[in-house]
Amino acid sequence: MIYFDKVSKVYPDESVALQDVTFGIEPKEFVSIVGHSGAGKTTLVRLILAEDRPTAGQVFFGSTDIHSLKHSEIPEYRRKIGVVFQDFRLLPNKNVYENIAFSMEAAGRTDEEIESDVPHVLELVDLGKKIWNFPHELSGGEKQRVAIARAIVNQPDIVIADEPTGNLDPVNTYEIVQILKKINDLGTTVILTTHNKGVIDSLGRRVIAMEDGKVVRDDRQGRYSI
Amino acid sequence: MLWVNVKRIIRSGFLNFGRNAFVSLSSVLVMVITLCTIGALIFVSAILNASLQEIRDKLDINVYFITTAPEADVITLQKTLESMPEVALVTYTSREQALEDFKKRHENDETTLQALEELGENPLGASLNVKAKNPAEYQGIADYLSNESTLSTDGTSIVDKVNYYQNKVAIDRLTSIIDSAERLGSVLTVVLIVISVLITFNTIRLAIFISREEISIMRLVGANSFYVRGPFVVVGTIYGVVAAIFTLLLFYPITFWLGGATENFFIGLNIFEYYTTNFGQIFIIILLSGMAIGALSSYLAVRKYLKV
Repeated sequence: MIYFDKVSKVYPDESVALQDVTFGIEPKEFVSIVGHSGAGKTTLVRLILAEDRPTAGQVFFGSTDIHSLKHSEIPEYRRKIGVVFQDFRLLPNKNVYENIAFSMEAAGRTDEEIESDVPHVLELVDLGKKIWNFPHELSGGEKQRVAIARAIVNQPDIVIADEPTGNLDPVNTYEIVQILKKINDLGTTVILTTHNKGVIDSLGRRVIAMEDGKVVRDDRQGRYSI
Repeated sequence: MLWVNVKRIIRSGFLNFGRNAFVSLSSVLVMVITLCTIGALIFVSAILNASLQEIRDKLDINVYFITTAPEADVITLQKTLESMPEVALVTYTSREQALEDFKKRHENDETTLQALEELGENPLGASLNVKAKNPAEYQGIADYLSNESTLSTDGTSIVDKVNYYQNKVAIDRLTSIIDSAERLGSVLTVVLIVISVLITFNTIRLAIFISREEISIMRLVGANSFYVRGPFVVVGTIYGVVAAIFTLLLFYPITFWLGGATENFFIGLNIFEYYTTNFGQIFIIILLSGMAIGALSSYLAVRKYLKV
């Protein structure tokens, strides 16, 4: 479903973020990418989202080379991916309902679909009561659940969670990971980047370990060890 | 779908305008200054045009005749002048009428009236007042009067003097003063308008700079450029509309206050009356300028952050 083919990324200041990275992710997989800060995890995510272009190599989504897409084709492509960020990235001027509705509107869904799907997806992440609150009125865990709801509401092929628990306490971390597992059980591919040992060990799924921009290990049923 | 999108964009624009009340307020106030400058340009050019028009209307030629000029000859000349295509109007003032007018003008001036009494006879000659259709034609008429028809039947000139040549210098000078005032005023206001449009543009850019994170989030959840940019352009347009309304309301007391002064100082143009009678036109100019500046500034300012 996602395939990195000898991908390297060198930033203009000559720092090497990725070096000859090759791996593939199958549909319905739950893959964790682990590594220290600066190991290249976030660069991987940025490449998948077409935020950045690789210096060498290709990144495929299905059979499409992501970086051959035109600027105008990128929005359509991104709607197939749900993203969750460490810093939540909710729209500060929109309430919970509108934040989720926005990504549905952007995908061209009808008002009827929005009205029925938004409350439903918020129930799924257990936030039904905060539907009219603004992001600044929510706790970190609640914000992240809104972000997850936004990521899955368009039923994407794949959900990417970039350090989603980085700013959360253990209880919220556990809940977020449970929600991601549930999403994966329902048939969506999940890519999770993290440096939280507990999360990886509790998951018992595939782990790709990165160091200095290289893949150093790829275990089917991995545990956290670098 | 397009209609649904447009509806959503407009709704979102209104919501953003209200939710960013402080940013909106400051942008609107800056834009009010811009629109006031544009309004000032309208008023200044109206005042200068009215003054110029007024002076042009005052332009005429008076032909004074000697006291012994036969009335019939004067009437003949009047007829001849009236038949000329460039002449608009010729008014005849008889010697008696001239005396009458003189007495009236000096009714409080005992000495002058006494001197006139003493003189025993009417010292004033008849006169013709000539108005041309076009100010440029006075020269020709004046030349004609001093060359052709100065001879009466007995060979001596009945024309005492033609006042065009004395007035000409003053009128020319005044016209050129007003012309250059108009040019200077326009250049100054255009410069001011450019400066204030730039300030407005920068204010809106700043307002959008605050939202740059938001723009990138919208892009990352798959919104296309049109959908991201739309609400910002709507907000910019609302800034323009609100600022236009503010400006037009502000002009009301300002022109009312300045109205009397302009009426006395300039020639008869009361800018309050000018404002109220031309309100429709000024309304449209100010409103459209505001909307155009707001929408265009937003459109350009968002572009930078759409690259994600």
